[in-house]
Amino acid sequence: MHKYIIKRLLMLIPVIIGVTFIVFFILNLSPGDPAAMILGDQATAEALAMKREELGLNDPMLVRYAHYMGGLLHGDMGVSYKNSISVWGQVVDRFPNTAILAVAAILVALLIGIPTGIISAKKQYSAMDNISMVLALIGVSMPVFWLGLLMVILFALKLGWLPSQGMGVGLGPMLKSLILPAITLGTSSAAVITRMTRSSMLEVIRQDYISTARAKGVDERTVTYRHMLKNALIPIITAVGLQFSHLLGGAMLTETVFSWPGLGRLMVDSIKSKDIPMVLGCVIFLAVMFTVVNLIVDIIYAFVDPRIKSLYRRGK
Amino acid sequence: MDDVLLDIKNLSICYSTEDGEVHALNNADLTLHRGESLGLVGETGAGKTTLARGVMRLIPNPPGKVVGGEIFYDGRDLLKLSEADMRRIRGREISMIFQDPMTSLNPVMTVGDQILEVINVHHPDLPRHEARKKAEEMMEMVGITSSRYEDYPHQFSGGMKQRVVIAIALACSPKMLIADEPTTALDVTIQAQVLEMIRDLKEKNNTSMLLITHDLGVVAQNCDRVAIIYSGEIVEYGTLHQIYKETLHPYTEGLFGSIPNLTSNIKRLAAIDGMMPDPTALPAGCKFADRCKYATDRCRTEHPRLLEREDGHKVRCIRYESSGEVTENG
Repeated sequence: MHKYIIKRLLMLIPVIIGVTFIVFFILNLSPGDPAAMILGDQATAEALAMKREELGLNDPMLVRYAHYMGGLLHGDMGVSYKNSISVWGQVVDRFPNTAILAVAAILVALLIGIPTGIISAKKQYSAMDNISMVLALIGVSMPVFWLGLLMVILFALKLGWLPSQGMGVGLGPMLKSLILPAITLGTSSAAVITRMTRSSMLEVIRQDYISTARAKGVDERTVTYRHMLKNALIPIITAVGLQFSHLLGGAMLTETVFSWPGLGRLMVDSIKSKDIPMVLGCVIFLAVMFTVVNLIVDIIYAFVDPRIKSLYRRGK
Repeated sequence: MDDVLLDIKNLSICYSTEDGEVHALNNADLTLHRGESLGLVGETGAGKTTLARGVMRLIPNPPGKVVGGEIFYDGRDLLKLSEADMRRIRGREISMIFQDPMTSLNPVMTVGDQILEVINVHHPDLPRHEARKKAEEMMEMVGITSSRYEDYPHQFSGGMKQRVVIAIALACSPKMLIADEPTTALDVTIQAQVLEMIRDLKEKNNTSMLLITHDLGVVAQNCDRVAIIYSGEIVEYGTLHQIYKETLHPYTEGLFGSIPNLTSNIKRLAAIDGMMPDPTALPAGCKFADRCKYATDRCRTEHPRLLEREDGHKVRCIRYESSGEVTENG
């Protein structure tokens, strides 16, 4: 098992090289001059040329990439073009806010998705099933920013129950300001998890071992949770893991709508101002988080399914 | 009639499908006596498993539904019991062994816990360590060392899994065991072992058994009485001797013709030509008429009743209705 984890962590290296290269390449192609953005409209041509030289922008792309990777190897993600603050410091500063939002959103998704999926599967083709499947379809299809705006209009502007913008200071106000973004962000995940739970439950619901359990005289509740859900869990965990990593990386829209000071917004702002080191720092951080979440999901598999555990033990 | 444990009367079960109503079981009558083994023989799709699941009230609904009949177990009609009362019967009074051991155990639960579960369900007051001891005893009883209590089903072979299934079925010493083709999925040497084990354990506990199979050899070795089922109907019922030596129904005759014999020298086995009728559109007359060499026009229009001879041998065939040697029975 340890060997497996180490192997998976080593696989992070090619992932980081690939991700940074692609981002570096794309940012290089995009129009705009970072030096002009930093110095502003009034800057003289000499000042711009000097700034470009200082930032190393005149070197070929591959040379700049090599420089950046060299720094990264030493744990140096560089400084922001915009305000010369360390990239790492800002990323670490912002990430907890995104993590709080993502965790809250996934909790919303789990609390809605799993019970609804179970009921839908157990009462397949009933009115309840049809209604929740239609709602799930709406949930996955609805653009996050639109849902976010609707929520703001209803709960913040019309009813005035909850704040529309920013992150409250202190636990109480923070939780209050978290409600709308968490629901907004969690809705589509809830829909995905509902559908996955339903189809995964339907797959095990007619299995022979369910008949065996019923033939033992086990009550329906225990049959549902101990025998059906536990066996249906692997695809559900996969979906939850994927959703969670998407939430971490994809909270940009929600963070923008609600002015949530997270990593997503930092990244959007940096892309707008062509702050290449900052964008790279955010992307690398998110790529690593994505891989780590997936690794955690794979480890959870082993605890849920003994067959996978014995595969890992054999050193797959 | 006090020695009757299970008495099924006119049991009919239907499945609704897109192609129409599937009449899986039609007016089935069956009697199981205390301590005896009854073999239920028929080809695939004849309604054997439907009957067994019907007794356990485990017909998946939808699409399945019991449309009529009664199932008297120990004098009580199982079809009239509440779900909670039925749960108390499942696993404790009547246990069932399913066909395929590879899929009938929960893959994410240790085998020990799966045996323990049935003990806990029916003896909730039993202290934990005693329940566990009982589960370990059951494992030893079916020939698995109790040190494998914490192992999972995927770590066992098919034969071993079937032993676990049997341990689950017998853990609460049920009065009746339904074994639905318990050895079909196993290879021949393991089949013999498993059957012998079922036989021994059944005799030790004086359990009655309904053994479902399509193997007449298995029936001959294990059963006291035999029922032959065809297209959802019981076509012949009697003691082992009556069925094997005084065969009445042409279908049963056909079944025996298809068994290879070591002592006689024949080049080809006699197969029964044709197929079972489509259960969504059953013929009006005798359901076997199309494949029967004795069939007359009357067979195709008139549905034969199940007739009982004086010695208890029952048959559903028009040829015996007029002969006078049998008396009517429903």
